[in-house]
Amino acid sequence: MDTFVLITITGIGLGALFFLVASGLSLIYGLMGVLNFAHGTFLIVGAFSGLWISTKVFTTANTWTFLGAMVFGGVAGGLFALIVERLVITRLYERHIEQALVTVGVALVVGAILSGWFGNDPRLLPTPHWFINTVTIGKAFIPVDRFLYIGASFFLFVVLASILRFTRIGLIIRAGVENRAMVGALGINVRLAFSAVFFMGGFAAGLGGVLVAAYQSGVTPLMSGSWLIYGFIVVVVGGMGSLGGSAIAALLIGVVDQFTNYYMPGLGDFVIVFLLAAVLLTRPQGLMGKVGR
Amino acid sequence: MNAITLSDLNVFLSGSHVLQSVSLEVPSNKVTALLGRNGVGKTTTLRAIMGLIPSTGKIDLFDKSINGMPTYKIAQSGIGYVPEDRDIFSSLSVAENLSLAVRDANPNYDLVYSLFPELSHRGSQRAGTLSGGQQQMVAIARALLNKNRIILIDEPTKGLAPKLVSEVAEALSKVANETTMLLVEQNLALVKSVAEHIIVMAQGSVIFQGDPNNLENDEFVHSMLGVSGGLH
Repeated sequence: MDTFVLITITGIGLGALFFLVASGLSLIYGLMGVLNFAHGTFLIVGAFSGLWISTKVFTTANTWTFLGAMVFGGVAGGLFALIVERLVITRLYERHIEQALVTVGVALVVGAILSGWFGNDPRLLPTPHWFINTVTIGKAFIPVDRFLYIGASFFLFVVLASILRFTRIGLIIRAGVENRAMVGALGINVRLAFSAVFFMGGFAAGLGGVLVAAYQSGVTPLMSGSWLIYGFIVVVVGGMGSLGGSAIAALLIGVVDQFTNYYMPGLGDFVIVFLLAAVLLTRPQGLMGKVGR
Repeated sequence: MNAITLSDLNVFLSGSHVLQSVSLEVPSNKVTALLGRNGVGKTTTLRAIMGLIPSTGKIDLFDKSINGMPTYKIAQSGIGYVPEDRDIFSSLSVAENLSLAVRDANPNYDLVYSLFPELSHRGSQRAGTLSGGQQQMVAIARALLNKNRIILIDEPTKGLAPKLVSEVAEALSKVANETTMLLVEQNLALVKSVAEHIIVMAQGSVIFQGDPNNLENDEFVHSMLGVSGGLH
């Protein structure tokens, strides 16, 4: 039972990180049909920005420093996403092959620049002392940082869901997911909504980058690729454009990964890909996606 | 002054020359009906005016060119658009569909609810669960909320039950008193009841435009429309 609790909460914590990476990817594809292979760069830009402010601006590793790194990493990821959208993506709407090629190019260039600048060895992100603590649930010792990941993701989910549900920009985004041409025909500049979505997605990824760096005990340019793949799997399983779908899929994949790796060490990725294939075969639109656009 | 003037408008879609040098005039303060058999380019004409598809030629709105403008700016210039397939947002509520369309500081909900009282009771209902007629009401209502200079309406009675056709027709007759309208419609009875100006298209070109009365004895145009014995 203790093992079950430990693996479940650890899996939910991992799923929370998957959600941070996937939520923006899902919205960006769902609204704009942009298959954004540069999304992983938002993650590492956020992570390196968080590292920079934690080591160069603040001098002590404490809770406030880490919270500052999370916010700064999120804003940096969001602004970088906005720059990519304005400079590159905006010229390529409706041109999906070019989008894929260009965003892959952006990912390679940014990855190469960061590798050249910082090297590929992980750089330790300062974390507060309480990160190494555990809390006891039953007889299970749960690393306390898992609750931070879960809390941050839940907070972001509530914020994003509230923006989508209760604001006019959210209304435009939800309508744009269904039929962006008609949104334009109503006199609404849907491109502004696109930019807002890119910023939100970049913010989530940047914030996720800081937390992933804490989870992996280091920041490296190489982390964008593997987390981007998980992000894509979450988006496909959850359903393109569905924030709730991404949340459910992220938790599912995180928990399945942890249980599989515990009981069948090393097979976590295989089972996730099997899960992806099963969803694609039985429900191609994903758990909460809609058929067609 | 004309509300809309098209000069030498051409549209190519998937290699087909869909609109072939279309030139037409939509007079202001009148209801103009755009007629023609299926596939002659009526819907394409409206979509080209809205900037939803690429076109060449000249498109003027009240003597000001709207060529090359993005769709949202064309709509902001004062065009309300009711597309052929309604294109309501099915996952949004009725109220959200209407709210999304609001551009004016004082949207005319009174007009909308007086024409379609049913919508006032269905604000929280998902638009995708409405009947075809109710969805058409939402689509038309979206165009009526703002003080548009012209409304483009594409086959508003398509696929509706006869009772609903008469309801929509009645609403359009009332709307016709408020604003300039360019109406694509196959229902000739409805056209006859509201239209003061008629444009007939065939094979991607305009073959007639003018007063409906001048159309009465034009056998060639009748044959292109697939009707015999006038518009009665």
